[in-house]
Amino acid sequence: MGFGQLPYDVAHLLGGAVLLLSFVLLYQRRMAAVINAFATQGALLALAVAWQGWAQGAPGLYVTALVAAAAKAVLIPLALRALVRRFGLHRSAEPALGIGAGLIAGVALVALAILVVLPATTGAGALAREDLAMALSVVLLGMLMMITRRQAISQVIGLLSLENGLVLAAAGVRGLPLVVELSTAALVLVLAGVAGFFAFHLRARFESLDLSLLHRHRGERAEAEQP
Amino acid sequence: MGVRGNSFPRSFPASLRQESGPPDCGFRPGGPLPILTTVTVALAFLLLGLLLLAPLGALAGRGARLVHGGGIAASAGFVLLAVAGLALGDGAVLLLPVGPPWAPLTLALDGLSAWFLLLLGLVGVACGLYAWVHEAAAPPRRLVPYPLFLAGMALTLLAADGFTLLLGFEAMSLASWALLAAQQGEAERAAARLYLGFALFGAACLIPAVGLLAGLTGDLSFAGMRATPPQGWVAGVVMALVLLGAGSKAGLVPLHGWLPIAHPVAPSHVSALMSGAMTKVALYVVARLALDLGGPAQPLAWGVPLLLLGTASALLGALRATQETDSKTLLACSTIENIGFIAMGFGLSAVLRAADLGPLAALAAGAGLLHALGHALFKTLLFLAAGEVQHSAGSRRLDRLGGLIHAMPLVALCALAGAAAAAALPPLAGFAGEWLLLQALLSAWRVGSLGLQVLVAACTAVAALSAALGAAAMLRLWGLTFLGRPRTPRTMGAQDADPVCRAALLGLAALVTAVGLLPGALLALGAPAVARISGHDGVAEASFWLVGPSASGSGYRPLALVIVAALLLIGLVALVRHLSPRPAARGPVWDGGFIAPPAHLPFGDPATQASAAGFAQPLRRMLGGPLLAAREAVERPPPGSPDPARLESGFHDPLLPALLRPLLRLRDRLAVAAERLRDLTIRQFLGLSFGMLVLLLVLLAWLGAGGAP
Repeated sequence: MGFGQLPYDVAHLLGGAVLLLSFVLLYQRRMAAVINAFATQGALLALAVAWQGWAQGAPGLYVTALVAAAAKAVLIPLALRALVRRFGLHRSAEPALGIGAGLIAGVALVALAILVVLPATTGAGALAREDLAMALSVVLLGMLMMITRRQAISQVIGLLSLENGLVLAAAGVRGLPLVVELSTAALVLVLAGVAGFFAFHLRARFESLDLSLLHRHRGERAEAEQP
Repeated sequence: MGVRGNSFPRSFPASLRQESGPPDCGFRPGGPLPILTTVTVALAFLLLGLLLLAPLGALAGRGARLVHGGGIAASAGFVLLAVAGLALGDGAVLLLPVGPPWAPLTLALDGLSAWFLLLLGLVGVACGLYAWVHEAAAPPRRLVPYPLFLAGMALTLLAADGFTLLLGFEAMSLASWALLAAQQGEAERAAARLYLGFALFGAACLIPAVGLLAGLTGDLSFAGMRATPPQGWVAGVVMALVLLGAGSKAGLVPLHGWLPIAHPVAPSHVSALMSGAMTKVALYVVARLALDLGGPAQPLAWGVPLLLLGTASALLGALRATQETDSKTLLACSTIENIGFIAMGFGLSAVLRAADLGPLAALAAGAGLLHALGHALFKTLLFLAAGEVQHSAGSRRLDRLGGLIHAMPLVALCALAGAAAAAALPPLAGFAGEWLLLQALLSAWRVGSLGLQVLVAACTAVAALSAALGAAAMLRLWGLTFLGRPRTPRTMGAQDADPVCRAALLGLAALVTAVGLLPGALLALGAPAVARISGHDGVAEASFWLVGPSASGSGYRPLALVIVAALLLIGLVALVRHLSPRPAARGPVWDGGFIAPPAHLPFGDPATQASAAGFAQPLRRMLGGPLLAAREAVERPPPGSPDPARLESGFHDPLLPALLRPLLRLRDRLAVAAERLRDLTIRQFLGLSFGMLVLLLVLLAWLGAGGAP
């Protein structure tokens, strides 16, 4: 299987689309747009996993794809949207990386991922190698998003997008047991729950989801940081 | 092949030249004899037995006897198997059935291992006998580490690959630390902490040294390392790391500071093991890694650091030994001195080997090995005697002892044998090694460039000075402890040692004499060990009667000398008896000018005898100023005051504070830097881990690009 064959090309296309949406996530300022981009990424991820299931002849991957589609493309975006509406955040903007800076940092990370993965997987097939490189890029971009955002909700989205990269990597590797994927999905669910709880709590205490507020309340530098 | 020094002086006799290429290090074609495999297997079982003894130490009641009896048996086994190994030649490599898959544990007994194992076994038997009596009711925390300590030393000696060597070395360090930490008291705890710090530092240096020796192939077996000796800057780094790592354990200057603090703190048999055996194991690691594995095809400068550090250790150790007022601290300082002599022998051997002077290199290596054996024996003897004195007379301080030759005559005589050997008096053990070392130094002064020649000449002078200082220190130790009058009433209550301890001391004294009388025979037996270090097949002239650098040069015939002297003495006594018209009569002994003690001071006034500090004063004034930061101040009372004038004097070793102070400053700076981390925001924490991940990925990408085919 290589360049010019249908399974390879489509898998490549879908993985690339997932990666592209990670770039989109980096520079979106509006909360609603961020959630939309995340939902699209989830849907594309489900498609990519389903395609891998067909290409590898592994029916277990269809289950993963279904779970991903239901959770990432529908349920979690809906819940996030409800949260945003409830907190009245849907009009707010937050500082994010600009298009230029986000693009440069993202491209550098993608290049790094390719440089790391390609020499390390010389024995594996071309599809798995490309897939791993793209998955690692998605993971790195998710982490980058987590450290550049200030709102709790967008950090949660960064974390979930990071997890998208993990699922993409898991789907590309032949013969990964279903249990691992299901437990990863369960982990994400728990994480999302905890993050939601904290978001509510933060909102109740400080009436904001800006995490820089927290820093002042750790107790160590309370006096020094007061404006 | 690296650069070989070839500034060969034309005036050397032809017999000293070695024209051949790389020397044969004792490899023999064909498979090893089955009996050798048996020897190695037996050694492995002895190690296993020692490991099994450790949990027995936790048993109440009979645990102590089991542990020490087992330790004696295992040590005796080491002695027998080491002699067998020396006599039969190199054994096969035995693969142990345990160990990680990436580094199989292997054992082998070659000449060098066998020589040091012999020494370890002899020391172990004597210390076991002492502990059998004095540690019969010891708590488990002192019993459990003891067999592990023995096993760690033996495993280091028997290792046939770098990983096993490190494993044994670290087991030895940790077990000896546990023995120190089992002592009560704040000073003891502080000594144990200092010791642990030095042990960790040694490990941090030795592990990369072994890694560098293994090279890119990652073959940790000694055979693999020997095939690819380090070259260029890697060789320099290996030498520095080995000297720092094993040298700190052996007590080479400037990393000797822990030794006079930690060695006296342990119980006497553990002090003896640490001083007599553990420092030798560290020197074995130096010899194995730097001289045997890394030694072939090195330039002239290869042995110079070892020679220099050895010389400095000899001088500083001997000088401190003349000043200390605690008997066990004094003995620990004397250990630094003797370790210095042995290191000088090894370093000189490497220099001479690089200059293609095989026989002389073998002589220097033989001097080092012989002195290692001699020092192990007499230092064990002296530490055990000091332990007996402490047990019986209640103190280690020289100012509280005195006159013990009347109370404990046998201990005094055995200690005299040990002190005379340490003072390098013929025909005892210390003399043989130091004489051979001086012979090698005197023959080596024309090797290499002018700088090296001056250096060797200076080392010769310093070695002679150190030997004299060491003799003065031993005279002071023995005289203050056993001669004169008791300095405290408590000393009068001393009793001679238990029969088992007396047997141990007598046996050690006999061994010290035997090593002194038969250096040639021992070196002939230890020829495989000499060959490992020097790359040349044994010392040129080493037989039952004679040892010497060459057939034409001077030789040392201790046995013949002693027999002739004894015959002369007997003849003289017989002649005097025969000629004398009257029978012998016993007259009053000269008492050194003392008057009989008055009735109100039945033990005499201690102030009428020289104190330990007073005895040391001339040397402190002469040499202590620059080397030991000695100070002396007279404090006069103001005119009209009836107060007495006071003389304040003292010294300290400036090297340990000089080492520790920058470390403390560094620790404070690191703590401040780490404190700053706590103030980061959550995003900055995330950024830190993200940055670290990216950094590691960059490293991986770089390595992948460099290492991929």
